[in-house]
Amino acid sequence: MAKQARSPVTEALAAVAVPIAATLLGLLVGTIFILASGSNPVEAYAALWQSVAGDPSQFGETLVNAIPLILTGLAVALAFRCGLFNIGVEGQYLVALVASAWVGYRFALPHVLHTTLALLAGAVAGAAWAAIAGLLKAYRDVNEVITTIMLNYIALYFAHWLVMAPLRDPQALAPATPPVLPTAMLAQGLIAESRLHSGLWIALAAALLLWLFLWRTPLGYEIRAVGLSPGAAEYAGISVKRNVLLVMALSGALAGLAGGVQTLGITGRFYEQAGFIGYGFEAIAVALVGRNHPVGTVLSALLFAALDRGGPAMQAMAGVPMTVIAIVQGTVILFVAVEGLWNILRKRKARAVKPA
Amino acid sequence: MLKLKGITKRFGSLVANDQIDLEVRTGEIHALLGENGAGKSTLMKILYGLYTPDEGTIEWKGKPVQIDGPGHAMALGIGMVHQHFMLVPVFSVAENIVLGQEPGGVTLNMRQAVADVTELSQRYGLAVDPRAPAESISVGQQQRVEILKALYRGAELLILDEPTAVLTPQEVIELGHILKGLVARGKTIIIITHKLKEVRELADRVSVIRRGKLITTVNAKGQSEAELAALMVGRAVELKVPKAKAEPGRPVLDVLGLSASNVRGLPALHDVTLMVRAGEIVGIAGVDGNGQTELIEVLTGLKQPQHGQIRLNGQSLAGLPPGRIRAAGVGHVPEDRQKRGLVMDFTVAENAVLGAQRAYSKWGLLDYGRMREHALKIIRTFDVRPPEPAYPARALSGGNQQKVIVGREILRDPVLLVAIQPTRGLDVGAIEFIHRRLIAERDAGKAVLLVSLELDEVMALSDRILVMYKGELIAEVPGDQATEKDLGLLMAGGGARG
Repeated sequence: MAKQARSPVTEALAAVAVPIAATLLGLLVGTIFILASGSNPVEAYAALWQSVAGDPSQFGETLVNAIPLILTGLAVALAFRCGLFNIGVEGQYLVALVASAWVGYRFALPHVLHTTLALLAGAVAGAAWAAIAGLLKAYRDVNEVITTIMLNYIALYFAHWLVMAPLRDPQALAPATPPVLPTAMLAQGLIAESRLHSGLWIALAAALLLWLFLWRTPLGYEIRAVGLSPGAAEYAGISVKRNVLLVMALSGALAGLAGGVQTLGITGRFYEQAGFIGYGFEAIAVALVGRNHPVGTVLSALLFAALDRGGPAMQAMAGVPMTVIAIVQGTVILFVAVEGLWNILRKRKARAVKPA
Repeated sequence: MLKLKGITKRFGSLVANDQIDLEVRTGEIHALLGENGAGKSTLMKILYGLYTPDEGTIEWKGKPVQIDGPGHAMALGIGMVHQHFMLVPVFSVAENIVLGQEPGGVTLNMRQAVADVTELSQRYGLAVDPRAPAESISVGQQQRVEILKALYRGAELLILDEPTAVLTPQEVIELGHILKGLVARGKTIIIITHKLKEVRELADRVSVIRRGKLITTVNAKGQSEAELAALMVGRAVELKVPKAKAEPGRPVLDVLGLSASNVRGLPALHDVTLMVRAGEIVGIAGVDGNGQTELIEVLTGLKQPQHGQIRLNGQSLAGLPPGRIRAAGVGHVPEDRQKRGLVMDFTVAENAVLGAQRAYSKWGLLDYGRMREHALKIIRTFDVRPPEPAYPARALSGGNQQKVIVGREILRDPVLLVAIQPTRGLDVGAIEFIHRRLIAERDAGKAVLLVSLELDEVMALSDRILVMYKGELIAEVPGDQATEKDLGLLMAGGGARG
């Protein structure tokens, strides 16, 4: 019952080892469904492997998928650590796409500075968008789940209006902003014949910094205290309101950074979006599966990115029906999540059996 | 009437009950005495059908039984009165008593219910007003309603879990009469308790449980409190920590005309004025819910006062946030150690610097080495077990959690130490230890403000006792002249303003 507290290193290792085992187990169970659908599981998983990491360029593309998921996942994880449920990552990501594109095409600046400012614009836009929900939560006690969901729709239609009217590039065929200037773009070609760009380093650095921030700084300590026990935080003179606002803004900044990296690394402009893109929602699952730990979130984002890429490949190359692929994906995620759930249950049980 | 044989209950690697043999005779009041976590409640939950024993048999009226759940226990004639009453506040007394077994068919026959309850209360001498809403009656009366609830369901054996925890001394005496009356009418009673006095006052026989094992069953009357304490703890303990006469110095805390409202916005504190000097312990006695919580919250910045002044060595503290008040030199042992005093999922080392975390950083990063050192200092000075700074606070027992908090607040070297219920739920050994430390702080020239619902604690520690009733301080009694009877009357609102 009395569990020894673990050092950050073992904690990180445990955050890695168990989900990997759970993933393999999930794939194993997925085999049953693939067999039931009449396809060949060996072919299917070969196709999966081929599309995820079959050759360097494929692996590069998987990483391209993972970059926005890492950053948005970190955004959700940070908010969770302060006891906040940021469902608005999608909206924060959207406003950042526009903001970074705008700075990217509107100003002529030298290379590194331009990129930095365009990324910063994305982060600031995301932070500002999330801070609205943070302010309402901290000072008006409005549930952040509601406000962030609502702000997602406002962001979607606000971005829609911007790209249809004031920011529209008259020369573009589909509604879009003008293209970002080359001085603002992130370098691609980390791996030949893939679009992998230096945003990967930004995402990994963000994960490392977030870990350092939460577990190694007094402010991170205070944020975790607020998340784990608002009553004790208040007692200790830690302002719950101030931290709620701060963390919402920082979470939004990470979501915004994801948007900036995506614009400057991949899309190069903001295209009109008919609906939500989905990274912000997938991020919630990414963070949960990653146990809200930065290392876990990076790995979990890789898992989600692989499953996102592997699905179409399994359909095209092994003829596995799309619905069965969804089942396999769901099974893997379920196994990883259940493992986390099991941990939570075990903790709760340990608490419950303490005799009064 | 009841025989337990070889009852064993395990939770994982923890053996909560280890081969317990217990015999309860018809018509006796049997006390089950033990420290917190000794396994008393587990045993009674087995008896009430909430847990299934891993080993052992229960014999009820000479026949072996397996109790499947509370419903079955009640059908057998075993009733339980929980520590926290389970009444529907807006229902009347009669409605609460018949709840679940209402007379009448499809429609509730309220007249019948009231008649039943009146008859029942007269038969057992438990005076209640059947038509009064449950929320309007006193705690002592609520307890009677709970007892009547069990009797209405045909209980022959009544289990009372910590029945005196919420009662004033007078109500405890009354409860004694009630229990004796029940026994005279053929009922059998088990009381679960860790209070020694109660055992001697109420019980015929007492069974002592220590670490899951039944130590002995003896006649209650023949035992001194010290003997019972030694049986319960396993070593000799000082029930009343000796202390020298206080030598109060200059005033440290000056509170003038303080008023505040409670969480529901209703007035909770009215015009409270008090002073605490250096080198004295001022105790506040009162029944739970008379404004003590609000007073401490206002003093420590957790609640905003409506009127009044708070001065610490002349510096005004009223309305400042908790952080500023801590920084001014107020140490605070809070009422709820799990919600306020500790971040349960933080390690002991992290909790050791709670409130002072900014002082434990170097180059902007937390200095885990120094945090650990500080935790070890608390652990050594206050005998925290296990002595592991890396353990999560949650893994510690309640007593050790409390030692971490008391240690942290005392080692901060505060000018004023505010302690509310510092030993709630702790066992005799831990209480003795914390009492010694509080007196040592006083002797070191600190001002100590103590709030406790335990009259014994207030009387044992305080140099001056203030009595709080309905949000006002209604009397001041010198510590060495206070008697339980006088304080009890004052706590119930009797006696003129002092």
